[in-house]
Amino acid sequence: MKIHEFQAKEILRKAGVPVPRGLVARTADEAAAAFKELGGKLAVVKAQIHAGGRGKGTVKTNPAQHGVELVKNAADAAKVAGNLLGQPLVTIQTGPAGQTVRQVLVEEGCDIARELYLGIVVDRAAAGPVLMVSAQGGMNIEEVAAETPELIFRERFHPDTGLLSYQARKLAARLGIKGASVASAEKFMKGLCRVFVQQDCSLAEINPLVVTGAGELLALDAKMTFDDNAMFRHKDLAELRDLAEEEPMEVRAGQAGLSFVKLEGNIGCLVNGAGLAMSTMDLILLHGGSPANFLDVGGGANVQQVTEAFRILLSDKNVKAVLVNIFGGIMRCTTIATAIMEAYQQVGFNVPLVVRLEGTEVEEGRKILAGGKFDIISATGLTDAAQKVVKASNAA
Amino acid sequence: MSILIDKNTRVLCQGITGKVGQFHTKGCLEYGTKMVGGVTPGKGGETVLGLPVFDTVVEAVEQTGADATMIFVPPAFTADAILEAVDARIKTVIAITEGVPVIDMVRVYEIVRRSKSVLVGPNCPGVITPEECKIGIMPGYIHKKGPVGVMSRSGTLTYEAVWQLSSLGLGQSTCVGLGGDPIVGTSFVDLFRMFQADSATEAILMMGEIGGTAEEEAAAFVREHVTKPVAAFIAGRAAPPGKRMGHAGAIISGGKGTAAEKVAALEATGIEVAAGPADMGTAMQRAIARKRR
Repeated sequence: MKIHEFQAKEILRKAGVPVPRGLVARTADEAAAAFKELGGKLAVVKAQIHAGGRGKGTVKTNPAQHGVELVKNAADAAKVAGNLLGQPLVTIQTGPAGQTVRQVLVEEGCDIARELYLGIVVDRAAAGPVLMVSAQGGMNIEEVAAETPELIFRERFHPDTGLLSYQARKLAARLGIKGASVASAEKFMKGLCRVFVQQDCSLAEINPLVVTGAGELLALDAKMTFDDNAMFRHKDLAELRDLAEEEPMEVRAGQAGLSFVKLEGNIGCLVNGAGLAMSTMDLILLHGGSPANFLDVGGGANVQQVTEAFRILLSDKNVKAVLVNIFGGIMRCTTIATAIMEAYQQVGFNVPLVVRLEGTEVEEGRKILAGGKFDIISATGLTDAAQKVVKASNAA
Repeated sequence: MSILIDKNTRVLCQGITGKVGQFHTKGCLEYGTKMVGGVTPGKGGETVLGLPVFDTVVEAVEQTGADATMIFVPPAFTADAILEAVDARIKTVIAITEGVPVIDMVRVYEIVRRSKSVLVGPNCPGVITPEECKIGIMPGYIHKKGPVGVMSRSGTLTYEAVWQLSSLGLGQSTCVGLGGDPIVGTSFVDLFRMFQADSATEAILMMGEIGGTAEEEAAAFVREHVTKPVAAFIAGRAAPPGKRMGHAGAIISGGKGTAAEKVAALEATGIEVAAGPADMGTAMQRAIARKRR
């Protein structure tokens, strides 16, 4: 689960990790009031959307307006906020349609001496959380990793002991942090690592982390995502979820307990199991088609869930044909066949349907489908299924 | 021979009184697995499907001689259940549960790796040695006894591969689902080591997927240590970056973990890579034929 920058900073502030003072505004007037409240001569107005690349991103209808802007008075704060709010912001991560800005963060400006990078992920190879730092603050860490991997320094830490003092000092030394700032860096790094574990983060990224003229460390930006599997023990975090930032079809599928990812193609897929669902997309691509989605109905789905899955698939205007690919294990082919019949009655099929069934109760499942009053293109084996659905999608 | 489990393996089910645990215990019993008991804290003394239920794993081991366990407890209690099984010196611990927090697995992994137990999973379909022992949720009837060792990060994709192998007359020595999470107990490398050493295994089929570098590490290991024919398939060529494809571990992040990278690493090692998911069984056939020439 992703959250907004202002939410991540609130979590950091509560944990004693230094962040700039800031206020959230949902109207231009609120932005002006926030500027005054902060009482400074300088503030930054930052669009709050889940996608990255906001500073270089621009408002779709007004390319002169960037997603992050320095302002020197309340009137300017109001103007920038007015330009951003309610408008789609296009960044390298949003796609061409952009993401609508619903709130901005107005934050006090600070005196920046240096910009650094700091990030934590759970590293698979190390089988544990790893703190990564780089002196190349503000840059895309993936580019730094690709071009100058020797400039990234890492320390694995144990979830229960957290980052140890010497590890923090080592990283500080690598970053060229000296004197009184070392203690500040140690406190910052240890605090962030503690938050990462306590909140079950899957990513915590501070880019840039700034060293101020006074030698203090401050999180100028903050990005945090959480382990979906751990949400059961963080009811407070669940409230931070912003459904407006997510793909509506994916939200709907999630509510039905289905695993769904929207794609750009025109062949809808309904599959049981994540690996087979991914492979089904590959298969369609291999035969010259283009998948409209990833959809895993899971092993324990019932007829209602599968019927909802069909509704979601068929609500996508791009979908020209649907491929059902089921290898029954726990999932019985009869459940799928019954759901297809239900979906036909409740939703109706306006596109060709190719069905490939195999595994548990396959014969009974095929019988149910054969008794239907509508056309189903049945397929035997994966290749046959792919060829038939690609042909059907091209004919539509 | 086989790896991990065979006809003599004595199996517990942790979470046997739950609906899912009970359902799959029944499936394993019907397959012929030597299920010897179950564990549910607070329900010791009951019986389920004629099997004794214990409060703790250590009691179950003392009284049944169990040396393997399959875990169906809810995600919040899975880490504890795994560690309890390891503490009771169970040899093969198979965690089926999906949805375990990754930080829990960080703690579990360290302890398991220092122990003599092998952990398979979590978020996996289980392990089967055909016609001897099934521990997990896979449909038993698609499997045939034979020479191919099968390993995969996914469930239904494994069934698909096994189905293709069996249809081609290629039986399996043991099939292992590693699990779809970022941190799992057993890696492809661990299994290549076991299958290479196993006299019943003559060829090895691996199903990988996008995310992480487990397939690349496997390729490096195969190059140095595996003499048996190897075929592989990588799922997720059509997957967009940055999106989690069902499995918590199946995500291309920072341009790393793509199918193309993995296929290249496998092919560079001389592994026969299936062109698509319909080609997994035939890729195994080609790898075996090539080795015989």
